[in-house]
Amino acid sequence: MPPTHELSYLQRLESESVHILREVVASLERPALLFSGGKDSMVLLYLAARAFWPAPIPFPLLHIDTGHNFNEVIAFRDRMVERFEARLLVARVQDDIDAGRVLEETGPRATRNRLQTVTLLRAISEHRFDAVFGGARRDEEKSRAKERVFSVRDQYGQWDPKAQRPELWRQYNGHHRPGEHIRVFPLSNWTELDIWQYIAEQDVELPSLYYAHRRSVLARDGMLLAENTFVQPLPGEETIIESVRFRTIGDATCTGCVESSAKTPDEVLAEVAASTITERGATRADDRISAAGMEDRKREGYF
Amino acid sequence: MAPLLRLATAGSVDDGKSTLIGRLLLDSKAILEDQLASIEQPVGPDLAALTDGLRAEREQGITIDVAYRYFATPKRKFIIADTPGHVQYTRNMVTGTSTADLVLTLVDARYGVLAQSRRHALIASLLGVSHLVLCVNKMDLVGWSRERFEEVRDEFLRMAARLEIPETTVIPLSALRGDNIVHRSTEMPWYEGAPLLQHLEEVPITTDRNLTDLRLPVQYVIRGANGYRSYAGTMASGVLRRGDEVTVLPSGLTTTVEALHGPGGTDLNVAFPSQAVAVRLTGELDIGRGDLLCQPDNRPTTGHDFDAVICWLTDAGDLTPGAHYRLRHTTRSVRAKVRALDYRLDTDTLHRDVSATALSLNDIGRISIQTHQPLNFDAYRRNRDTGSFILVDEATGSTVAAGMIDDKPLPASNIRWHSSAVTRGGRTSTGGTVWLTGLSASGKSTIATELEHRLVAEGRAVYLLDGDNLRHGLSADLGFSAADRTENVRRVAEVARLFADAGIVAIVSLISPYRTDRDRARHLHEADGLSFAEVYLDAPLRVCEQRDPKGLYARARARELVEFTGIDAPYEPPTDPELTLHPHRATPVELAEQIVTLIGQW
Repeated sequence: MPPTHELSYLQRLESESVHILREVVASLERPALLFSGGKDSMVLLYLAARAFWPAPIPFPLLHIDTGHNFNEVIAFRDRMVERFEARLLVARVQDDIDAGRVLEETGPRATRNRLQTVTLLRAISEHRFDAVFGGARRDEEKSRAKERVFSVRDQYGQWDPKAQRPELWRQYNGHHRPGEHIRVFPLSNWTELDIWQYIAEQDVELPSLYYAHRRSVLARDGMLLAENTFVQPLPGEETIIESVRFRTIGDATCTGCVESSAKTPDEVLAEVAASTITERGATRADDRISAAGMEDRKREGYF
Repeated sequence: MAPLLRLATAGSVDDGKSTLIGRLLLDSKAILEDQLASIEQPVGPDLAALTDGLRAEREQGITIDVAYRYFATPKRKFIIADTPGHVQYTRNMVTGTSTADLVLTLVDARYGVLAQSRRHALIASLLGVSHLVLCVNKMDLVGWSRERFEEVRDEFLRMAARLEIPETTVIPLSALRGDNIVHRSTEMPWYEGAPLLQHLEEVPITTDRNLTDLRLPVQYVIRGANGYRSYAGTMASGVLRRGDEVTVLPSGLTTTVEALHGPGGTDLNVAFPSQAVAVRLTGELDIGRGDLLCQPDNRPTTGHDFDAVICWLTDAGDLTPGAHYRLRHTTRSVRAKVRALDYRLDTDTLHRDVSATALSLNDIGRISIQTHQPLNFDAYRRNRDTGSFILVDEATGSTVAAGMIDDKPLPASNIRWHSSAVTRGGRTSTGGTVWLTGLSASGKSTIATELEHRLVAEGRAVYLLDGDNLRHGLSADLGFSAADRTENVRRVAEVARLFADAGIVAIVSLISPYRTDRDRARHLHEADGLSFAEVYLDAPLRVCEQRDPKGLYARARARELVEFTGIDAPYEPPTDPELTLHPHRATPVELAEQIVTLIGQW
């Protein structure tokens, strides 16, 4: 039988992402990669290293630091920066709070998740980035399903879903006016399952939080939240010790975990494949605001 | 079996398209509990609500953009580009279809084939999609009637026969009830084909790819430590192996593939379409983004001019001839001018409106384009990557058109190099070629020189291309065999054409014994709209032999020269020259005068 010259599904996704990463570096001036230490941004970082091998990653990493971090994630972030010989820039939400640019929510359910938008836009403008890579996927949420790979943001960082550029073939249009920038989503066509399969196949390192570990958690609003400096039990709530893992890693105040015994990527894959609840819906309190929650936030300039 | 199928769906809400997709996602278990919970209605899930993502769509109850959906079965993964079907969304349909292997369109069994279905089939055909599936939906509302299905099917196939779609499959189904989606319908035992999902899982698409023509557009140059350099890009078509000879365009230099890497430096022996690679080449070469690697004997067309079918994508202004845009093609970005609008296509009737003067949002038409720098392109039918482009508005940066380079044969002028963007009419003088043919010593050089003096005296730009002189340079490598003579004539003709194109009168003085060679020179000019005058110096061999200023006939008779025209090689006189001169009956001045009169109107 002649060779079919067929890429595997993951190879196709990888090639597409590598193409997008290279396209940005070749055609735009000042890109940066949003790096939170989460699994999607970690896969993105890994792909960036592969796209430009053997040269170093030709753009800095940008971390939007809410100040509400899991310690493991910050340690992981710094280790990856060292391993990939990358340049890390950190923009802190705390600086915007201190400068009075944003008002922090109060109360036990307060989160800085939404405040990140201001910090992100400030960092983009201060560093004059014209392209910012993000790890968002179209399968995450309905309004994301319609976002382009190259998504133009106006001078206020805002997304206009009705004025999106048609994106055809392999042509990604990065033209923009001064002050505008492009959000670029190289993982657009990946699903959560694809991400985990790739992590398993390529042995991509992740923060330990992604694998089952025992920790003190409390149940709130139908989710399991980790007990920490920012999340303390309210009257009537109890903490329990559970074997859990995190499916996403965001602001420690609002990122939930799931009961799990999966200690390896393959075991996680088995659980994900059997999962009956979407990643965001299960574990992100911030995405439960309303059906149009994500669309509104994206319009404002959110990730 | 290709592990991934990309499909574009088209149809309106009324056809039940969103319901169909919702059904595919639900029945293949791509819908999760929380998503289902958000759309659960008292009478069961509102499947359409699964796919209508933007608030405006939920409020207006329509789908206004391209949405991408993902689902997988054990056999294949699927990416659906879900697009609305109304005429005002043709641009979204074109966008979604540009990356599709298969187009899935729906009709309501009660209403049959409407304008919308015809438009979808047309777009699938224009965008070179090889597989079309027509879903005849709502079969439950026509009593699962076989007769009705066959009526609709036949009507559609009659229409599709006018288009270029290699494979069309028609399936009767009910998206709402799930008949023939994942499971075979028990209501329609007369239908012997596969249910929709099974068809999508099994349709072979591997051979749709072009594995013949190597095209690798250079996207980015990777520079590592110690002078390491590789050329990164995504394989557009063909197969590339380590050790292959490749030609780099536009330089035309040929080199060898020293190493071939996948992402992360993985060593590859072979690379094929849609693979992101980095190539190391032998030798120090000046290669950058926008260059293209191909096989030495299989090159794309290189040129400034081509025709294309485009879809106009914006409501912020129309396309009008004469306008300039930025054109993005493979990894190149160049300025381009729309030279002419040939016609606007009526997407319902396929009528070509040649009186159209502009294209508006959602219009499809054919235009001719001229780029400021040359592109390396193929016809879209042959190559989606090197045959497609987008036009970008230079002021706003918006993508305003999607274009597919047409493979209909074009006049030669449109696929050839031009020296600049200045059009011929814009030049200060008019050029053309005077081609003097005849035996050696028939007086060509003498008359040519006289003609040159006359024209220069008139203030015209003139250049004399003398066969003897050219043999010292342009054709120094050629002998006098029939093949070499043909090649010599070809080169002189090309050079003459360039002079003529630049507004200069080229005077060619060349034996050029073969009629076909001279005819080719003529066609070369005429195809470009350039003037060409064949002037035959009809001097009898006897006269020429007597004159013999260089003693060549004598040497030929003595067999010191072989293949000498008129002695042991043929001379084919022109059958229909613009002018025949008899050098033995008039002076060179008089003969030159006749030529001046002939070309007076150029």
